[in-house]
Amino acid sequence: MASGHGWFGSGCFCSLGGVGCHRKRKDGGDGEDDISFLLQKAENVGKEWKKMERKKIKTCVAIAGADYCVIAADTRMSTGYSILTRDYSKICKLADKSFMASSGFQADVKALQKVLSSRHLIYQHQHNKQMSCPAMAQLLSNTLYYKRFFPYYAFNVLGGLDSEGKGCVFTYDAVGSYERVGYSAQGSGATLITPFLDNQLKSPSPLLLPAKDAVTPLSEAEAVDLVKTCFSSATERDIYTGDSVEIIILNGKGVRHETEQLRRD
Amino acid sequence: MVSPQTENSLLQSEGDLQRTQYPYVTGTSVIGIKYKDGILMAADMGGSYGSTIRYKSVERLKQVGKHSLIGASGEISDFQEILHYLDELILRDNMWDDGNSLGPKEVHNYLTRVMYNRRNKFDPLWNSLILGGVKNGQKYLGSVSMIGVHFEDDHVATGFGNHLARPILREEWREDLTFEEGVKLLEKCMRNLLYRDRSAVNKLQIAKITEEGLTISQPYSLKTFWNFAAFQNPTVGAEGSW
Amino acid sequence: MLTKKGLKSPGYLKTGTTIVGLIFENGVILGADTRATEGPIVADKNCEKIHYMAPNIYCCGAGTAADTEAVTDNISSQLKLHRYHTGRESRVVTALTLLKSHLFRYQGHVSAALVLGGVDVTGPHLHTIYPHGSTDTLPFATMGSGSLAAMAIFESEYREGLTRDEGVNLVTKAICSGIFNDLGSGSNVDVCVIEKGKKEYLRNHLTPNPRTYISSKGYTFSKKTEVLLTKITPLKELVDVVQVGGDAMEE
Repeated sequence: MASGHGWFGSGCFCSLGGVGCHRKRKDGGDGEDDISFLLQKAENVGKEWKKMERKKIKTCVAIAGADYCVIAADTRMSTGYSILTRDYSKICKLADKSFMASSGFQADVKALQKVLSSRHLIYQHQHNKQMSCPAMAQLLSNTLYYKRFFPYYAFNVLGGLDSEGKGCVFTYDAVGSYERVGYSAQGSGATLITPFLDNQLKSPSPLLLPAKDAVTPLSEAEAVDLVKTCFSSATERDIYTGDSVEIIILNGKGVRHETEQLRRD
Repeated sequence: MVSPQTENSLLQSEGDLQRTQYPYVTGTSVIGIKYKDGILMAADMGGSYGSTIRYKSVERLKQVGKHSLIGASGEISDFQEILHYLDELILRDNMWDDGNSLGPKEVHNYLTRVMYNRRNKFDPLWNSLILGGVKNGQKYLGSVSMIGVHFEDDHVATGFGNHLARPILREEWREDLTFEEGVKLLEKCMRNLLYRDRSAVNKLQIAKITEEGLTISQPYSLKTFWNFAAFQNPTVGAEGSW
Repeated sequence: MLTKKGLKSPGYLKTGTTIVGLIFENGVILGADTRATEGPIVADKNCEKIHYMAPNIYCCGAGTAADTEAVTDNISSQLKLHRYHTGRESRVVTALTLLKSHLFRYQGHVSAALVLGGVDVTGPHLHTIYPHGSTDTLPFATMGSGSLAAMAIFESEYREGLTRDEGVNLVTKAICSGIFNDLGSGSNVDVCVIEKGKKEYLRNHLTPNPRTYISSKGYTFSKKTEVLLTKITPLKELVDVVQVGGDAMEE
């Protein structure tokens, strides 16, 4: 959650300035009280964010391959130094071919999942089909940005298959900035896992011309093996990661589900 | 879901709103476990006013509808408010007269939304709740916190119970606990809390909910032991220590 | 200013730990986990938290690692000097008094929370010492972030007159409770049994947390930065070294 911390500082103050200005223009700046109230409000947002950092659900990883996608997350939920439960699934099926793994504040994550699944239900009624993974990625971004000034404290990775059946991974920050990548890790274990994935999967620079595919050259079995190693290693050194890892593998044949035990200390 | 207006409450003027900044009268831990035939829950009857134990007959285990049992720690007045919400919920559900009734899962979900929406308004209900029940042979046990964090498990506890009772529950809990074993386990946890949680009192209730219905025990107290020799005279043989 | 805005300045780093001690029929048993943390990261998976004070006295430390180490080493050396001076075995109260005076003098800034145990001429003794210098004399004690998890075990299973084996098992169980329920504690169990004229330091008495998954084929890491040039060009060929006329540095 190191990036979370850094972000928290600047994010909080952006919302403070931003909201203040917006409000002032609207009512032609009616004085101190209003501003101080907003400062109070922004302060509350800050405090609440601080509080939320204490109720965390942790590490998640996703890897995209040529014709598959692997999404994984551990199942520990904790507050401070206590474990609330050892068996909490933080991977959510949003559509047939898109799964979201989230870390951050559990109540916000659940609210976000509920919004997305209700939006997806409406989409199905209107279009009589499942949403594609890239469409879901845009919807997730919009949903996060909608709460720009009181954000969901949720750090997501969205994984799935695109309309050509190619693996895709989208990675987000809390306010909806997102990018399609070949692999990504989020949450408290991300700082430990990302460098290892960088080393093993060396995705080509997005600046290369002509553009190269970001998907990894690994076979599906190798990717699953890599994910298991990532989690057992992160558990060794990150106190918030542990108990077990839930792995979802999507490919042309359908969806597969695996679990692997991790250290419980 | 949440309407846009309430979500954007950051832009609204709510300066005049009265909100709970800190709790007044609070109850301490509640513990709940699944057992062979249903759910068991235990809570003591103390009501603390800060660090004073001000009330000694606060009932913190209550029935909700036909199939559910709620246990609360935290602000007592907020809990009683929640009970009103639940009464209203059950009444409205009953008025459909369609033969359906809300189960523990539905009630738990309702509570998570109430708690989460209140925290989004910076006006939280200052409670940690446990909800258990049995419906159609399905046992259910879940918890919700003040800020809307919620989960299901085979055993749950609030507050100090998370630190002192759950280690024991994780060690000794089994799927096939009988009623007697379950009560014994809960009493062991409650005794621990009594020894180590300053706001716990030795007057508790245990509630049982099964397919057959709900029973809440009369208040009773636990046997305790304070006669370790080292407690009698701590510095014997070590005079000179402070 | 920032504090007013809801940002808390980080307090003193307190490392998570579970340490315990109990008195059994003829002595004292101390126990500790072996995890050292820096925030959310495990800094050492197998550190030692049971420190030597005197041949008959040991001390478990929780809090800032540097402080617990420094304070126990310091008092340990004072005890040794005292033994040379008096020619007698150190007493637990002496260690206790030295520790608490030191900690009180530093008003809690030396963040060491200790469980002190030993056997001397007056019998077995167990004490806890808080960072501000207050002390307790107890039949069983726990400290650190896992103290509640460990205390839950002691409160429900401790009794007077435990045998050595029962004592070791209970201490191990209490530490395991800390290891599995408290995120600040983890890895292995260390135990130290002190009896009259005899002590036994059981390093890694239990190792309940082996690595869970190792890839069958292992991993390869790409080679280091490529060497572009191995030819060495002496500096003399590139620059003219001119001797500037003399004596400036000489007298």
